[in-house]
Amino acid sequence: MTSASDKMTFQNAAAMGLSRDEWNLITQRLGRVPNLCELGIFSAMWSEHCSYKSSKKWLKTLPIDGPQVIEGPGENAGAVDIGDGLAAIFKIESHNHPSYIEPYQGAATGVGGILRDVFTMGARPVALLNALRFGEAGHDKTRHLVNGVVSGIGGYGNCIGIPTIGGEVNFHKSYNGNILVNAMAVGLTNSDRIFRSAATGPGNPVIYVGAKTGRDGIHGATMASAEFSDETESKRPTVQVGDPFTGKLLMEACLELMASDSVLSIQDMGAAGLTSSSVEMASKGGLGMEIDLDLVPAREENMSAYELMLSESQERMLMVLKPEATETARVIFNKWDLDFMPIGQVTETGRLVLLKNGAAACDIPIGPLVDDAPEYDRPHGDAPTRPKLASHDIATNSQISKTLKSMLGHVDLASRRWIYEQYDSQVMADTMAGPGGDAALVRVHGSHRGLAISTDCTPRYVEANPKTGGAQAVAEAYRNLSAIGATPLAITNNLNFGNPEKPEIMTQLVDSIIGMGDAARMLDTPVVSGNVSLYNETDGSAIQPCPVIGMVGVIDDVELAVGHGFIAAGNDILVVGQNDSKNDGWLGASIYQQHFGDDKIYAPPPIDLAAERAHGSFVRQQILAGKINAAHDISDGGLAVAIAEMALKSGLGASILVPEQGQLHAWAFGEDQARFVVSTEDGTALIAAAKDAGIEITSIGMVSEASELKFGDRDTISLQELNDVFESCIPSLMAG
Amino acid sequence: MTLSALRVAIIVFPGSNCDRDMMVAIEQLTSRRPALVWHKEASLDAADLVIIPGGFSFGDYLRCGALAGRSPIMNAVLDHAARGGAVMGICNGFQILTETGMVPGVLIRNAGLKFACRNVGLQVCETLASPFTSGLVTSKRLIIPIAHNEGNYFAEPDELNQLEGNGQIAFRYTDSKAIGPANPNGAAHDIAGVISQNGRVLGMMPHPERAMSDLHGSTDGAYLLLKSLEALAS
Repeated sequence: MTSASDKMTFQNAAAMGLSRDEWNLITQRLGRVPNLCELGIFSAMWSEHCSYKSSKKWLKTLPIDGPQVIEGPGENAGAVDIGDGLAAIFKIESHNHPSYIEPYQGAATGVGGILRDVFTMGARPVALLNALRFGEAGHDKTRHLVNGVVSGIGGYGNCIGIPTIGGEVNFHKSYNGNILVNAMAVGLTNSDRIFRSAATGPGNPVIYVGAKTGRDGIHGATMASAEFSDETESKRPTVQVGDPFTGKLLMEACLELMASDSVLSIQDMGAAGLTSSSVEMASKGGLGMEIDLDLVPAREENMSAYELMLSESQERMLMVLKPEATETARVIFNKWDLDFMPIGQVTETGRLVLLKNGAAACDIPIGPLVDDAPEYDRPHGDAPTRPKLASHDIATNSQISKTLKSMLGHVDLASRRWIYEQYDSQVMADTMAGPGGDAALVRVHGSHRGLAISTDCTPRYVEANPKTGGAQAVAEAYRNLSAIGATPLAITNNLNFGNPEKPEIMTQLVDSIIGMGDAARMLDTPVVSGNVSLYNETDGSAIQPCPVIGMVGVIDDVELAVGHGFIAAGNDILVVGQNDSKNDGWLGASIYQQHFGDDKIYAPPPIDLAAERAHGSFVRQQILAGKINAAHDISDGGLAVAIAEMALKSGLGASILVPEQGQLHAWAFGEDQARFVVSTEDGTALIAAAKDAGIEITSIGMVSEASELKFGDRDTISLQELNDVFESCIPSLMAG
Repeated sequence: MTLSALRVAIIVFPGSNCDRDMMVAIEQLTSRRPALVWHKEASLDAADLVIIPGGFSFGDYLRCGALAGRSPIMNAVLDHAARGGAVMGICNGFQILTETGMVPGVLIRNAGLKFACRNVGLQVCETLASPFTSGLVTSKRLIIPIAHNEGNYFAEPDELNQLEGNGQIAFRYTDSKAIGPANPNGAAHDIAGVISQNGRVLGMMPHPERAMSDLHGSTDGAYLLLKSLEALAS
C-alpha cells in the first residue's frame, strides 16, 4: 500500500484525470509535490463534476436573481419564496455514469444524493421527479437498464417515503452506451429557517453523522468526469451503494436537530465525500478545518487517508455545531441509531489539515483548492445551420387516425404507466396530480397552496439547434406548469453533454446555455441550482445533448388546478396559439419526422418567447378564473397526439374539425411551439377573452360522449383501439 | 362515546412513512389527534384502536416486518390484542401483523416482481362480527390505492378454506376502472385484507389514508376508516 508520505508524479496525477498544466499548478501552489491523499483531494475538487471548469464561464451568464429568489446557485440547493413565509428548496442532479455501470444502485444513490441536498438546507423533501434517457428500445442493454434504473429510483424513494410525482423518459440510440439518470428533489421549509454550509467560529466542533465510511465509490466524481470505454465494467467498484433506510434515519435526525437551535452549518457528503464537504464548508467560511481521520466511523479496517477522504459512501453528513449543543445533538442521533462523532474543529488557518495515526496526512491551503480551480474557455464555434423540412418533402399520411395509432403505440409517445406505477407517487398524501400529466402538483401540507413541478427537455431540438433547444426546454416546462394553472417561479437545470474538449460539443453547451438564459429571463424563471454532466460519450461518440429543465411554480388553491383529461361531453375544444400550422405545420425535428422521414437533421420549430409568455399567462388566468376546465400543452407528436391524450385520460371522445385545405399530416403532427389544447364549457366566451388579450385562438371541435376520436367526417378511431397500443407498448417491450 | 373521545395510537417505527398520513386522516374524522408511539417504548397507554401504519419499518432488507415484529412495542401491542383490543395494520403494518401471527397468512412478493402503486377496486366481504366491517355496505365497491412490493397474500389451501368459511376475509380485489388486472399482486383468493378470528384485528394492503377527499381522487378511504371508528365508539 502506498503510504501518505509517498511523493506523487505527473503520471499519478494523469491517472486521476489531471492535465499537465493542472499538475504544475498544484506543485506551484503547494511549493512541493503532493502526497497521494493530497493529490486525490486536488483531483476530486478540480474534476469537472466538482469544479465546473468547462462550463463555469457560461453558467455565469444565466439569470439567477428575482424577487422570489432566496438562495441562488452555490449552496446545496436553490430556494424560492412561495408565499406564507415558506420556501421551496430544490435541485436536480445527474447520476449518469454510475447508473450505466450498475443501474439499480446508480439510480438509487442518485435519488438519495439529491434528497440529502434538499434536507441539508433544512427542508423536508415533499417530491421527487426524474429525467431519464435510455438507448433504443431494441438495443441489447436497454431492458436491463430500464429495469434497474426504474427499480432503483423506486427502491430509494418508496422506502424513504417521498413521493415520486413526475418525470420524463425517452429512448434514443445515442444513449445506447451512456444513459442519463437525472433526479430532482423539492422540499419545503420556513424561509427564515434555511441552513447553509459556510463553516463558522474557529474552535467549533466538526461532527460526522450518518452511515459509516467504506471503500465504495472511491473517486466517483472523477469517474463521472471521464468518457466511457470498454473498460467501464471494471469501474463497478466505484459505484456507491444506497441504503434508503439509513437515508430515512439521517433525514429524520437532521430535521429534528435543525428544529433545535444547534446547527451552525451543514453539508452533505455527496460527490467526493469528506473531501468536498470539508473543503466547501471551510472555503465558504473563509476558514480552515482540522480533522482526525482516525475518528471517522469506518466500515472497513485499515482504510488509508486517501480512501477515507475519497470514499463516496452514502447517507453521511458533516456539520458544525454550537459547542454547547453537542450533547443535545448526540441524543437525537442516538435515538435514530446513527453514528455521531466529533472528528475535528474549525480553524483560523485557512488550511485543510488531516491527521492519521497522529501524523499529518495532508496539510494544504484551501484557497487554491477552490479559488484556483481551473476555469477554461474551451474553443467553440457556430452551430451548423439546418435546412427547413417542407411538409410535402415527407410522407404525407392523410389518414390521421391510422398515423396517430402507430405513433401512440411507439415507445416515443406510449404511456409511461409501466414505469411510474413502480414509484410510490402518493405517500405523504398531498399528491394532487401525479405522473402522466403536464406538471405534477403537490399540496403544501396543511394548506390550500400547491407546488407545480415539471422536468423537460427535447434533445432532438437541442441537437438540431442548441440555442433553440435550450430555450424550448424552458418554454415547455413553462407551458406544462401553466397548463395546470400554476405560476412558474424558478428553474434548476441539468446540463448533460458530451466531451467539452471537442469544439462541436462545446458549441452545443454554450448555445444551449444562451438559449436557456434568454428563455429564463423572458419567462421570469431564474436558475437557482443545477448540475453539469459532461463527457457523456462512449468510445468517442457523444449523446444527443440534453439540458434538462426542472421548473417549480405555485398555485394558491389546489382546487383551482385542472388536468389534461376532458371533463364533459359537449365542451368546446380550442387551440390557444398560432394557427399557421393549419396550412403548414412544423415537421422538422418532430416525432413525425422520426417515424416517417429520413435521418437528416432539420431545423427544429422556432421559439417565440413573447408568445410563450403571453399564451401561458392567458391559459393560466383562464384556468384560475374557471373558464378552462382541461388543458394540455402541444409538444411531442403535435396537436393530434395532445387531443388523443386528453381523450384517453378521460375516456371521453372528441369530434375534431379538420382544415379543408393545407397539409393534413402537418396540421395534425406539426410541433409548432407556444400552443395548448384546452376545453371549456363556453368556447364563445373564451374566444372573446383571447381576442381581448390579443391571443390567437381557434375552435377545433367538441368533446363527445362516444368513446372515439373523429377527425372530420370520414376518419374515426375508437379510444379502446388507441388505448390498447398506448398502454401495451412499454409492457411488451419490457417483457421482451 | 363520541368519535373525539376515541383514543387512537399509531405505532412509529424508524422507517414508517405513512404514520403522519394516518394521523392526519384519523384527526380529520375524529377531530382528535392520535398518539404517536415510538417503537422503542415497551408499554402502551390504554387505546381504543392501535394502528400500525405503512412504510418500511426497518428497511425491510431481511423480510418485511420481521424486525418490527420483534421490537419492544410489539409486545405491548400483542398484549393489547390479547385483551380484545382493536388493531389495524395497513400495508407494512399488515406484514407486521402476519409476522407476529395476529392475523393469518403471509405476504410475499408481488406476482409481477414489481412495486405497484395505483388505485384498486375493493369488494367489501361478508365477515364474522368485526368493528372493521360491521358498518360497511357489503355490496359496495371501494376505490383505494395500493403501494407495495410484497402484497401477494399467501396461505395454505386448508387455511384459505378456513378463512373463507369463518368469514375472515374482509376485502377482495375486484375490477376497477384502473388499467390492469383486478388482482394487482397475485394474492390468493384476491385477498386484500383479512381479520382475526375474534374480529378485532384487521390487516389490509390498500391505504385508506390516501383516499380521504375528492382531491385524492377518492373518499372511499375516509368511508372505510369512519365506519370502523364509529363501530369502535359505539
